Amino acid sequence: MEYEDFKNNDYLEEMVRRLNADGAGVVLTTADELIDWGRSNSVWSLALGTSCCAIEFMALGAGRYDMARFGFEVTRNSPRQADLLLVLGTITYRMAPLMKRLYDQMAEPKYVVAVGGCTISGGPFIKSYNVVRGIDQIIPVDVYIPGCPPRPEAFYYGLMQLQRKIKVERFLGGVNRRQKEADGCEAGTEKGGEA
Amino acid sequence: MKRDEVTGIAGAEVCAGNAGVISIPAGELRRVAEGLRRDKDVPMDYLRDIVGMDWGEEGLGAIYFMESAGTGERVALKVAVTDREQPLLPTVSDLWKTALIKEREVFDFFGIRFAGHPDMRRLFLREDWKGWPLRKDYDMDSNPLRLDNETNADTTTEYRLLPDGTLEGVAHPVFGEGDFVINIGPQHPSTHGALRMRVALDGETVTKVDPILGYIHRGIEKMNESLTYPQTLGMTDRLDYLSAHQSRHALCMCIERAAGIEVPERAVYIRAVMDELQRIDSHLIFYACMVLDMGAMTPFFYGFREREMILDIFEETTGGRLIQHYNVIGGVQADIHPDFCRKVREFTAHMRSVIKDYHDIFTDNVIADTRLKGVGLLSGEDAVSLGCTGATGRASGWANDVRKRHPYSVYGKVDFRQVTRTEGDSFARYLVRMDEILESCRIIDQLIDNIPEGGFRAKTKPVIKLPEGIYTAEVESSRGEFGVMIESRGDKVPYRLHFRSTGLPLVHAMDTVCRGWKIADLIAIGASLDFVIPDIDR
Repeated sequence: MEYEDFKNNDYLEEMVRRLNADGAGVVLTTADELIDWGRSNSVWSLALGTSCCAIEFMALGAGRYDMARFGFEVTRNSPRQADLLLVLGTITYRMAPLMKRLYDQMAEPKYVVAVGGCTISGGPFIKSYNVVRGIDQIIPVDVYIPGCPPRPEAFYYGLMQLQRKIKVERFLGGVNRRQKEADGCEAGTEKGGEA
Repeated sequence: MKRDEVTGIAGAEVCAGNAGVISIPAGELRRVAEGLRRDKDVPMDYLRDIVGMDWGEEGLGAIYFMESAGTGERVALKVAVTDREQPLLPTVSDLWKTALIKEREVFDFFGIRFAGHPDMRRLFLREDWKGWPLRKDYDMDSNPLRLDNETNADTTTEYRLLPDGTLEGVAHPVFGEGDFVINIGPQHPSTHGALRMRVALDGETVTKVDPILGYIHRGIEKMNESLTYPQTLGMTDRLDYLSAHQSRHALCMCIERAAGIEVPERAVYIRAVMDELQRIDSHLIFYACMVLDMGAMTPFFYGFREREMILDIFEETTGGRLIQHYNVIGGVQADIHPDFCRKVREFTAHMRSVIKDYHDIFTDNVIADTRLKGVGLLSGEDAVSLGCTGATGRASGWANDVRKRHPYSVYGKVDFRQVTRTEGDSFARYLVRMDEILESCRIIDQLIDNIPEGGFRAKTKPVIKLPEGIYTAEVESSRGEFGVMIESRGDKVPYRLHFRSTGLPLVHAMDTVCRGWKIADLIAIGASLDFVIPDIDR
């Protein structure tokens, strides 16, 4: 996709502006670009698939949609090895502490993608007594992919938005040292990928 | 004991509605249940469901739906107790094994304790949950989100009714002192969703499986009580998303029966074709995932290749890939796409030609042979007692197909074979599903050229209200008997809407099936039972 075809470009430009505000070193920036290029093309995900969206994610892994083309086909089943927490499906009150624990177990730099209406707001179950009304109440979310479930194309759009976000980050002295305040949820909750 | 004898009991009363529920005094439940279960000619050996209820003034209680596996004859009993503080019913878990888990569900939702049940723990909600959510007087905000970790109790209580009328609690340990317990799930790639099991091992041998459910319990049944009938349809697609059409078909059928809505013949045919396509879709995922669980990648791509063809057909007509929202009360949402019939014909022809590849790559493989054959045996008797419907029951010799036992839609008119096997092992469960793909193709071929012309949706009233009574409908979903029960009080919203989960008995059966087998077999057995967790937890 061309740069102009993406929405939310202003969000990324704002991010770049903030990073450049206090100056950027030639050596570090060049190294950053190389590292970020590598990081963004090998995003390993931990698929927390609780319901319907997980089936669409499986379709992404199969032949027709083949997410290996974009470099995020490797799913890890251990949070210790994952860069990205993909929340696929409704999070209930019983599951919520476990999702938090999975997030805490992941190593920095780490990202969260909320897939489907349920993870964004509770979706059709918003009035339930047992459903979390948006996982951003618990953990910071980088990209939201709406849909019930999102089409594979929407998945791609969202995950490519995440790749773009990774590409403009400052890795050295930046995200590799960041201690995210998981309780506060301030960091990176701007709505990113509205497909 | 027969149905006529039950209606003859003093105080017995037949409730309104098509379910033919017989209300009996709570004191008679034990005697009647035993009589029905142990009847010499037509034993009610299959307990379809226990539905907890809160009737308000009338008290709390439950409805027991039972059926004879042999003849398909049905009886439903209703009992109520007025005590809201300490409601107590006798257990029937010694008569039907499936009651072990169903009574826990009723306890979890309504706080009704079952005297004599050995394991009265909560089932879906956190163990420290306060209150009983499906009671009518439950405060929806009484349990806010908590992020502290939940501790699972090591002991469970059995309540015994003493002769003087008092209740005695007896503690049982969930696991023995010497048991080596490992935890699997809820975040595990091979549990097919958010299922958690605590497994006790002796060396490598499984001695007990304790499923812990509710990690995807969304409280759909409670939510339905404040939704109008057309709105409730939206929830069924999200129960068992691989049986979306069939589940919604069941709910539509139940409402149509209660309201007396006649569905146009064209819609009946379209629904049946969609149901069968959905069944093939589900069985293809079953194949793909089960084989993937055993470490083979290529069959996964096979399964999804053909599945995408079905999804294309779905998408053209319904607009959705996974969740389609296609059935509506009185028919279907939209007419079929002009290319629908041609594409379906092409698909069934294609499916028949490639199924050989599926078998070539896996069925005769040494992995299938050693990991599935003779592993995870489920006897026919256990299958009935545990309520394991669908291909799981049919692989154990129990001919339980709703399409044959209680034909609905067009299934009385089409010619197809009910696939059954007698081995009862994982391999039989696998083969039954593979053969059902071909049977579904056969059904589709008979229907697709004969879809009658005419309307696809009957006109319904703008506000649908059902007459008072208890109504049921059931369909053969992709993994067993999916049932809907509506209790209406004449409003535009249901007083209670319950779904019979197809997967709950299957997960419950894990304990019976896995005992004595190696821990390495557990995942393969679980895959062969083919449960979908959101359907279990609802």
